[in-house]
Amino acid sequence: MIMGFLAFYLRQLYSIVRNEILVLPSRVVVVLFFLFLILLPLFYKDPYVFRILIQASIFAIFAASWDLLSGFTGQMNFGHALFFGVGAYTAALLNLHFHVPPWGTIPLGALAAVLAGLLIGIPCLRLKGTYLALTTLAFPIILMGIVFSLPGITGGELGVSGIRRLSGSRMSDYYISAVLMLGLTTLMWKITDSKTGIIFHAIREDELAVRASGINTTRYKLLAFCLSGFFAGLSGGLYAHFMRIAGPSTLEVGLSFTVVIWSVFGGIVTIYGPVAAVFILFPLLEFLHFWPEYRTLMFAVVILVILLYMPEGLIPWVRDKMEKQCPRCKLRNVAFRKTCRVCTASLE
Amino acid sequence: MILDIIISGLISGSVYAILAIGFSLIFGVARIVNIAHTAFYMLAAYGIYFGTHKLGFHPLWCMLASVILVTSFGLIVYKLFIDPIREHEAAVLICTIAMAIAMQEIMILLFTGDYLSVPALIGGFFKILGVKVFYQQLLTFGLALLILGALRTMLMKTRLGLAIRSTAQDREVANLMGIDESRAAMITMGITVGLAGLAGAVVVPLTILQPFMWMHPLIMMMAVVVLGGLGSLKGSFVGAYMLGFAEALVVFLIPKGAFLKGSVALSVMILVLLIRPEGLFGVSFEEER
Repeated sequence: MIMGFLAFYLRQLYSIVRNEILVLPSRVVVVLFFLFLILLPLFYKDPYVFRILIQASIFAIFAASWDLLSGFTGQMNFGHALFFGVGAYTAALLNLHFHVPPWGTIPLGALAAVLAGLLIGIPCLRLKGTYLALTTLAFPIILMGIVFSLPGITGGELGVSGIRRLSGSRMSDYYISAVLMLGLTTLMWKITDSKTGIIFHAIREDELAVRASGINTTRYKLLAFCLSGFFAGLSGGLYAHFMRIAGPSTLEVGLSFTVVIWSVFGGIVTIYGPVAAVFILFPLLEFLHFWPEYRTLMFAVVILVILLYMPEGLIPWVRDKMEKQCPRCKLRNVAFRKTCRVCTASLE
Repeated sequence: MILDIIISGLISGSVYAILAIGFSLIFGVARIVNIAHTAFYMLAAYGIYFGTHKLGFHPLWCMLASVILVTSFGLIVYKLFIDPIREHEAAVLICTIAMAIAMQEIMILLFTGDYLSVPALIGGFFKILGVKVFYQQLLTFGLALLILGALRTMLMKTRLGLAIRSTAQDREVANLMGIDESRAAMITMGITVGLAGLAGAVVVPLTILQPFMWMHPLIMMMAVVVLGGLGSLKGSFVGAYMLGFAEALVVFLIPKGAFLKGSVALSVMILVLLIRPEGLFGVSFEEER
């Protein structure tokens, strides 16, 4: 009986793997990436590598949340560090003063970031395009001024330190952040694939037409701000507990710019693009540690050169090389196929 | 105290005005959000330091040379990196961010991260009501006004200015009227980088040189542009002095004001935007579709 069920599910799994995953290289890559992150600790134990991977996971959530807001709805946010900083500071202060454990502080920090999203979303939604981008840049700087002028509470330049670790050991830290990263980015990807996500797409393409279709675009834009704030706040809280410090560096203009660089480099309006970009660029930046004085310069040059050849972003470029779209049924196919895998239309 | 506030407000206001007008010009004509705009300002300042300290030339010649060099450098990077990807706005955006970071890193490599300074063009000071007014401050203010006036004449009275203004207003129609749009963009890039260089040149004797000096003016410049209304020269002018004075007031009147000066100025901007979303003098165009 049980064996029968097991065989049934195994067969189903096999058919999914064969018919849905192995047919497209991009899906194979995603599955391999999941397996790699989950199974890596079994074979490899260098704590330095895991430190980099944990940070990359945290920043991947952050970059994907930027894409959810700015890539999908087209509401360019130049002050995304605000959400990260609010999440980090809230988590740190709650942990330090009220001794709330990390599993409580991180969601609370994310809620605080949602509030921040509402707070800046309401005035900003009257603005469009570049105005919005330049205005959002202001908010983290305003908050940073407040942080500096209240050193009694926020620690000023030094930040809030002495908070609890995320968990007992490096490995459990790794699993928490990696699994959260995989789960949350999948969730974001699902959101963008849902009806709400389609409305986000439409707002970017033509807001007037969406309004004309009887959709309250302001509400959806505010929703995008809150969702994005939530995920960015989570990553901020994780970061605070992993680094055990929440300092003004979480609010810097540089961080807001870095997240834009990651996302655009990986390709916006994809969710997986920013994640992949963080997992490529972050270890690269660590690797360049061997020449500390040239590190940032080389980072900038790599981005400049790659953008010259792939202005759409790295991942969409790679994906377009590996796969092409069927002209009839719009399904994606491996680049070397002559006919579509479903409707058998010619792909030439 | 009052005189201090006025002097400091006037000087930072005029520098912001030059920067903001350049920034909004290049945005209007070529749709480039040029984050590297103030990096060129930093570059000009370092050029003057290099000329006066390492080569021993007179500051005036260094100013002229560095403005010219920075302008040609700006045109070269524009041709190399921005022009090929101009259709992709997001890519241009991070391209300029990466350029700014690259310039900052190169300056760190060449001149280290130390604080440097440049001698004043003319020394000495006089006193009004017990407050020292340096001649250099007057000179900076005068030069800034001169630059703004010349720019206004150029934009309003010459054919080139007409071409730039019309491209900013409607690219397609300007193209139909026989204005070479990509050439207008190129020339505007040259003019705006030159303006950023000039701003750096006039203000460098009054500030401290360091590789991160482009960050604060960048933020203030963007705030000015938003406050005044994108593409409005008058708006940028008024907005720049508003924020310059707001900063000066905070620095002189509030204890620990130096930390808060950015916050207060930006809060002023947000307050204005709440009342007038299109900025002080901005015109809300029908959105392009």
